[in-house]
Amino acid sequence: MPVVLLRSPLRDLAGGRRSLQLPGTTVGQVLRALEGEWPKTTGWVLDERGVIRRHVNVFVNGERASADVPVADTDRLHVLPSITGGSR
Amino acid sequence: MKELLVGTKKGLFVLRGDGPEAFQIVTRVFEGDVVEYAMRDPRSGRYFASVTSGFYGPRLMWTDDPAGTWEHAATLAMPTDTDATMERIWVVRVGEAPGQLWAGIDPAALFESRDGGTTWELNRGLWNQPSRPGWDPGNGGLCLHSISTWPGDPQRLSLGISAVGTWHTIDGGETWTPGTKGLVPRYMPEELRETTTALCVHNLWRAPAMPERLFLQFHGGVYRSDDAGSTWIDIAPGLPSDFGFPIVGDPADPDSAFVIPMNADIDRVTVDGQVRVYETRDAGTTWTARSEGLPRYPAYLTVLREAFDRGGQGATMGLWFGATSGEVFGSIDAAASWFTVAPRLAPVTSVRVA
Repeated sequence: MPVVLLRSPLRDLAGGRRSLQLPGTTVGQVLRALEGEWPKTTGWVLDERGVIRRHVNVFVNGERASADVPVADTDRLHVLPSITGGSR
Repeated sequence: MKELLVGTKKGLFVLRGDGPEAFQIVTRVFEGDVVEYAMRDPRSGRYFASVTSGFYGPRLMWTDDPAGTWEHAATLAMPTDTDATMERIWVVRVGEAPGQLWAGIDPAALFESRDGGTTWELNRGLWNQPSRPGWDPGNGGLCLHSISTWPGDPQRLSLGISAVGTWHTIDGGETWTPGTKGLVPRYMPEELRETTTALCVHNLWRAPAMPERLFLQFHGGVYRSDDAGSTWIDIAPGLPSDFGFPIVGDPADPDSAFVIPMNADIDRVTVDGQVRVYETRDAGTTWTARSEGLPRYPAYLTVLREAFDRGGQGATMGLWFGATSGEVFGSIDAAASWFTVAPRLAPVTSVRVA
């Protein structure tokens, strides 16, 4: 299964885990699986429509990806805050 | 001991004190996030905070202890069939039915909870308004920011939406009727002023002792309605400016209202560089400046829509407001005199008496 790497505060919402193996064949499916396994992350990365929030970046093996990008079992997903999203 | 919930652009500050001297900060939570609004339900003692992360979006949080663990009210989110996403939670209000709360959000949506705020459901009557495709946002978004209950009657509710005017229900939210007659949007061409739906309401206050009476701060205009929001009467003459955001009143006096005028929509700071609250006790016929103890010139402050609240009523009513400069001011004698509650917080977005 793909590996998802998290930083705080998402890590705190996922039981303190920095790295999780989650099922899915697209970025969106993997992120929904994250919400399913750790419900407190719901709404943090994906909005209600399943779109990655504007100021969150998801990278697949180092390349920025949208929710519909396919992923393989060996892929690594980094979920990171964007530099554009600082508090108002 | 009084408790104030001060939402800021850098977290929620819980202040306690008696006045007339500075309050103590008893806790600060959601550091780094914008706390758009926070309130406490006096029936349950439960606290609510609208928190917007610059990265991870908006969410409603609740707790029974503001210094303890907060829970996410995850069902306060747009249902997937709406193909919409929540931009911001503007306001949470206690309803008239047991366990009932209302929440107003951007994009102009109303949510209801019937279990004290644990779970929430979208009000479909308002969401499915046929005119919705033509609704235009104000500068702050398409925000449902004002929710006025009718004391003792959970079937009746009034809303203020920017920029879609006021909306009213008498059947618990099944159906909604706009109430806009008399509002004059000077920011529109004259030939469109009577027909436009782009009516930028800034805040509503219902007089609890005379619930058919509403006061309204408009985007350039201050109004009163004596027929539950159907028609509006201009009561701005006598004010130094008719632009501002919040409006509150004294529950004991249905002829009362308090506003904080700012220069204009193109210059949203206190008039003449002086901080003054204006009070009417005759339903808007005359206005009196109340500024004893407030900053004098030069003091160019901006007070946002949810950053003014009251507690109690009558001659000892408390009035509390905060500014984007980070200051919070209070009065414990119904605006006769003021003191500084907190001098240097982060920019204040909301103030509520807990």
